Amino acid sequence: MKKLESSLLNMVLVLTGVAVLMGMVLAYMNHLTTDPIAQQKEKALNEGIKAVMASSDIEVTATDTLRQTDAKGKEQTYIIYQNKKGAAVESTTLGFGGPLKVLVGFDAQGTILGYTILEHQETPGLGAKADQWFKQGQNGCIVGMNPKDSLFVKKDGGQVDAITASTITSRAFLLAVNNAYKAYMNERKEDKQ
Amino acid sequence: MNYLNIIKNGIIKDNPTFVLMLGMCPTLATTTSALNGLSMGLATMTVLLCTNVVISCIKNITPDKVRIPVFIVVIAAFVTLLQMAIKAYLPDIDKALGLFIPLIVVNCIILGRAEAFAAKNTPLASLVDGVGIGLGFTLGLTLLGIVREILGSGSIFGWTFIPEHYNILLFVLAPGAFITLGYLIAIVNKLKK
Repeated sequence: MKKLESSLLNMVLVLTGVAVLMGMVLAYMNHLTTDPIAQQKEKALNEGIKAVMASSDIEVTATDTLRQTDAKGKEQTYIIYQNKKGAAVESTTLGFGGPLKVLVGFDAQGTILGYTILEHQETPGLGAKADQWFKQGQNGCIVGMNPKDSLFVKKDGGQVDAITASTITSRAFLLAVNNAYKAYMNERKEDKQ
Repeated sequence: MNYLNIIKNGIIKDNPTFVLMLGMCPTLATTTSALNGLSMGLATMTVLLCTNVVISCIKNITPDKVRIPVFIVVIAAFVTLLQMAIKAYLPDIDKALGLFIPLIVVNCIILGRAEAFAAKNTPLASLVDGVGIGLGFTLGLTLLGIVREILGSGSIFGWTFIPEHYNILLFVLAPGAFITLGYLIAIVNKLKK
């Protein structure tokens, strides 16, 4: 078969045709994967709540959504999953590569029980280490701390070791934890009133 | 055309990482660990296989003057398909490499092979070329990842065998990528002679 000539009509037709065809394939794939992606997210969240509360027997008794302004004057949305041990709080800040979504577990006094990272766009091998770095037994362990006076990295005069070569990610992570703590405490104040 | 030769060319004579020097951006950025390098190589190979075959099939109905836009549309569509599939069925890989998958679109290996090989050869030969170049790229990335992980994190595929005290952080960072790549290219060139 001879190659199609580069006339205006041919070019417009072929490029449009290919674009439309690929668009249809993508739309179909999007349709196919929407449910599995949503399921994966829900599964990750449920497992995350269990992990951050350090207990496999956790039932969310109430879910609250709270909007408040953080230390930097940015308004963020916090989702608080209440349970019998305390609450798991979902908090978002801006990391090095994009939004950093963290789920932090607090007991009733506000002591950190655990955390997990739900979504991030940090650099693989550097900032992405945040998913292990701050856990029990690791260098920057925050489990058991109480962010009443806010947590900071040692470089900023705080008490937590930052991830090597990823101070920006570490700062964003601790800000997310601090914000989550404040959101949880504010929400409890409202409950008592 | 000898298919075995095409594969051998892709891995040795035309190795994208060590000889053609294509796709340096993902090569340097994703090889912080052996597993990251391997996954990135396999992801790129999957896209390359699909685009090579499709582009080879439509080469005769694509007018010369719009071939680049048509190729890019095809490549972008396949990368997006892969991204959706990974998000839906392989959430762990998505967590590690999520940021780099969309960048496969602008990986010059894929467009380079489309231009240099698929646009001139039969679909079957293009598929074989995709296997060869894909394997070559995967091999290059994995090798780079192994060296950087051993020197930088003291582990191999996540299995730690050197205490953290002796790790050289430089090799996880960008300069380490350049240094390792330079030495590997020198070694490969020496071996080929």
